[in-house]
Amino acid sequence: MKVPVSWLQDFVDITIPIDQLADKLTFAGLEVEEIEYIGVPAPTKQGSKDNSLAWDREKILVGELVETLPHPNADRLRIVRVAYGRGEPVRMVTGAPNINLGDSGQKVVLALEGSRLYDGHKDGREIMTLKKSKIRGVESSSMVCSEKELGISDEHEGIIILPDDAPVGTPFVDYMGDVVLDVKINPNFARAQSILGVAREVAALTGQTVRLPDDWDTAQVGAPETDFVKIAITDPQLCPRFSALLVRNVEIKPSPFKLQQRLLRAGMRPINNVVDITNYVMIGYGKPLHAFDYDSLVARADGKKPTITIRAAHAGEKMQTLDGQMRVFTPHDILVTDSRGPVGIGGIMGGSETEVSDATRNVLVETAIFDFISIRRTTGEQKLPSEAATRFGRGIPPSQNVAPAQVAAALMRDLAGGGVAPALADNYPLPQIESAVHLTLRDVKRILGIEPAIAEITDILRRLDFKVETAGENALRVTPPDYRTDVDGTDDVLEEIARIYGYEKIPSTLIADALPPLDGNAALEQEETARDVLGDSGMQEIVTYSFTHPAHETTLVASPDMLTGSNGVPFPLSSRPYVAIANPISPERSVLRQTLLANMLDIAASNLRFADRVALYEIGVVFLTRRPGENERGDLPEDDGLPLPLEPRRLALVLSGPRSDKTWQPADTTPMDFFDLKGVVQDLVAGLHIADSSFAPTTHPMLHPGRAAELRIGGASVGVLGEMHPLVRERWELPNQAVLVAEFDLDALLAHMQERFIVKPISRYPVIVQDIALIVDENVEAERVRALIRQTGGALLNSVELFDVYRGAPLPSARKSLAYTLKFQSPDHVLSDADAAKLREKIVRRLEREVGAELRSG
Amino acid sequence: MNENGQALQARALAQLDSIWDPAKLEEWRVEFIGRKGAVNALFEQINSISKEERGAFGKQANEVKQALETAFTARQGAVKQRALSEALEAEPLDVTLPGRRPQRGRLHPTTQTLREMYKIFGEMGFQVYRTRQVETDLMNFQLLNIPPYHPARDNWSTFYVADTDERVVLRTHTSPGQVRVMREMYPGPIRAILPGLCYRYEQISSRYEIQFNQLEGLAVGHNITFGDLKGTLTEFARRMFGERPVRFFADHFPFTEPSAQMDVKCIICEGAGCALCKYTGWLEILGGGMVHPVVLRNGGYDPDEWSGFAFGMGPERITMLKHGITDIRYFWGNDLRFLEQF
Repeated sequence: MKVPVSWLQDFVDITIPIDQLADKLTFAGLEVEEIEYIGVPAPTKQGSKDNSLAWDREKILVGELVETLPHPNADRLRIVRVAYGRGEPVRMVTGAPNINLGDSGQKVVLALEGSRLYDGHKDGREIMTLKKSKIRGVESSSMVCSEKELGISDEHEGIIILPDDAPVGTPFVDYMGDVVLDVKINPNFARAQSILGVAREVAALTGQTVRLPDDWDTAQVGAPETDFVKIAITDPQLCPRFSALLVRNVEIKPSPFKLQQRLLRAGMRPINNVVDITNYVMIGYGKPLHAFDYDSLVARADGKKPTITIRAAHAGEKMQTLDGQMRVFTPHDILVTDSRGPVGIGGIMGGSETEVSDATRNVLVETAIFDFISIRRTTGEQKLPSEAATRFGRGIPPSQNVAPAQVAAALMRDLAGGGVAPALADNYPLPQIESAVHLTLRDVKRILGIEPAIAEITDILRRLDFKVETAGENALRVTPPDYRTDVDGTDDVLEEIARIYGYEKIPSTLIADALPPLDGNAALEQEETARDVLGDSGMQEIVTYSFTHPAHETTLVASPDMLTGSNGVPFPLSSRPYVAIANPISPERSVLRQTLLANMLDIAASNLRFADRVALYEIGVVFLTRRPGENERGDLPEDDGLPLPLEPRRLALVLSGPRSDKTWQPADTTPMDFFDLKGVVQDLVAGLHIADSSFAPTTHPMLHPGRAAELRIGGASVGVLGEMHPLVRERWELPNQAVLVAEFDLDALLAHMQERFIVKPISRYPVIVQDIALIVDENVEAERVRALIRQTGGALLNSVELFDVYRGAPLPSARKSLAYTLKFQSPDHVLSDADAAKLREKIVRRLEREVGAELRSG
Repeated sequence: MNENGQALQARALAQLDSIWDPAKLEEWRVEFIGRKGAVNALFEQINSISKEERGAFGKQANEVKQALETAFTARQGAVKQRALSEALEAEPLDVTLPGRRPQRGRLHPTTQTLREMYKIFGEMGFQVYRTRQVETDLMNFQLLNIPPYHPARDNWSTFYVADTDERVVLRTHTSPGQVRVMREMYPGPIRAILPGLCYRYEQISSRYEIQFNQLEGLAVGHNITFGDLKGTLTEFARRMFGERPVRFFADHFPFTEPSAQMDVKCIICEGAGCALCKYTGWLEILGGGMVHPVVLRNGGYDPDEWSGFAFGMGPERITMLKHGITDIRYFWGNDLRFLEQF
């Protein structure tokens, strides 16, 4: 909200420099986001980009046009003489189109030689100094100024013409200089949504007193029916108070210059005196008003006294609002109606038929209180945000309904020549409740950690207009002023004390209270271990959007017919309905993901446009619509039966590109394949000390046939890994190279993590190394051969390493050779060559028998 | 073989003088002082020498032998020394050539910042507690003192889950975790931090994302004060940003009262004014306050007996401030050219 300080000063004396005042307001919760200096010198701030222009008190003055003469050498220029109360009037040349030959008497802004002004002929704001010069042969050293030259606006069409009562010779900064504070109003500061409201804060913070109009009376209550209107309210919850005043015989015309300037500085556009006055009172006093053309209300009532009824809209009810739109209402909209139907949406916008026009003579000033929740719904649904709706939507105390309207009526009398009818029409079915709060010194210490004296607390609260009474020892009965309905508990009063006492004065302490048990968070710690292991394997962590689109994830399936059959929809895909967003920001982000891979592939593809290689992982949750009876860790009993999805953790990997980057020395730049991925997974399983893991071949609709595996732990699958199906890869426009992907159920994986594992002793006895090469059928899995060797070798077989896989001549087709290095070692004695040879023999026999292996000679 | 000892010695030493090759040196050794070498041959002549001359001959032969062996050892040392010098000087590396860098994995910057926060708060006794991302309107708003259509809802543009009558939302902050953690921990004291992804319906820009992390803190006990909130957050700021001034001022959150915002002195300009701090000299870091009695009660704690503070901050925002990142879209853009700088 824009707060012109000149306006603020109507209500309170400003006793400290503006920048200090701004800091005080900010610290107390009314954040001053910007200070705009208009003509007034800004305090120089180190490093500030501020380039505001101060109006020189000696050189920029209110002047009076004495005469306007033609320029001898230019038709479009004039020579003017301007008086400024000191000595002879000055002569100068002007090209202003709003000065005509023969003009005199107008009040203008005179800048004398040496003044610093914005250059009116240049874009933006560039400061120049006024120098003596010759314009088409006529000497000119002064200037009559436009708004742009003074930095008031960008207007440079004509010069400023001031009202006739502008005092000639006065420094212009005293006449029109100002400082405007841009204050952010948080929802809890609804009371400060006006100049008066901010003034009250200023008064409390600086120890000043607020000045209110002489006849300000918030206790006054009128009657629902007067000689000019009858007011009926059907539901006091929707409209706790509705009042009206009648101003007769107004003359609609532009508002006075000063009022227009104030509205402009507060961010409102002047329209005509009646409308401007309602806006002026809304900004000044925080109470939105509505002006009806009273005669059209009377006409609608067939010449009789109108009855205004405030009620909920009927479904489908219609009215044309004054912006020309035909609006349709629902029963939670509040309508202001008469015998013919709606004449306004309560608190939001009036109807076009009864609006004030240039022809209006009699004005009915409406002031009312509406249910703020209803206002907010209607504002949102009708898309009618406004200054008024914002104020209504944050709540206005009913006691503050009438006094501002009376200020408006008085202004209409003074500025539009109207006569105010003496009666106040006022239907007030739901009076404001006064809420006293019991406050103890113990509360102050317990919550704020400070121990001010009762007298200090009393002083603080009285500065905020609270009524403070003693209520026993070390306790107070505190009653907020009638303009505050936001205070109804001890916490509210404590906040007020803390704000005015000053947060900076409350000492910083460390918690002295008992320390709860430090149990850590095992699930998180395991997850972080997984991140560390993956990082050690050279994997880069990424975090992608939780949002996706169903078709995006379906793209992972090479061909839809792969989803039929016994497998159904295999992990990590899901046949569950998606968690859909009711109000997505875009169709591409309309649901929550069920797999990490789809969004990760987007990231892989975008990186592979400039990078050769990606090795990415993500740990995050996916969102699975719950099936009856399903629950998960963290569920509370009250979540039962609610449509909250399961949020299981997943881990996914994406690799593609050369094994290592090309360098100036030989490097392995062969493209990564299945076994690079598997190696990362094996490292992870080993790093997490997961026992009993295995890889089993599988088929998967997103993976290349024959290049896909399941990771099993204890026989149960925890996820899949493999080379992405070429059809899927193409859809992501990934380069023509293997893309390796994996996704795991991280909860299932980490459930098998062993925090405690047993370390094997290191034997100091010699190792006997034996190589064997075995020829087996192509369909015999390496893992089966290894497991048989492992099992047969027993405790003395220290390690089994596959070092060669060979196919081709002289081997028959469909046979392959697997070569292993076996290391035999005993933990407690020296093993003889014969012992090792015997074990080797046993292994070979077993393999011959079980998998038809044949020892490869030579 | 009538060469006398002196001549032999002179010849051998003369030859040795030009030898630098270890193989040649070995040849020399075999030729002169080896088992079948010239010196031993000299000794063999002793039998053909008269008895009277034998003594002198033998003495001379021994002298020759000793001289040659000493000369050999010295030469051997010299040859080794020269070989080493030559080897050390041969093929110097261009040390400015790039090294072979191992492929290193990195954490996402948000994870790095979160870990730092876990550590700082962990040492102050705050344990990590994570709660769900899809929440009920009840948990995300109502139990936090934000009824439907309440003005405070303006601060949270919300994603609603379809077909749930607006009862289910993507959490707009980690604060619903406050109620969850209270309900789980009651009647014990609490010191918890709640990290995690939150979602808001925003126009994505360099400053706003629809998805972001928050880290919420909650302390509940019998004697937790606003001073404790200030102390805890000041300590956090000191650990996170180093020794520098902080300031607290009044702010508003429906679930805390009194509420505060904490700023730290700008880490770039130290208060002088720069683009990062928008010429204010201060950076907004986090918000917090004393847990609202309504929220305590909704968590099961009697506000007349218990009190607590809560605070919340954005790990991405703090990462941006620390590393001068000006576009929040970098975080989920996951461009390796960004990620690999961490």
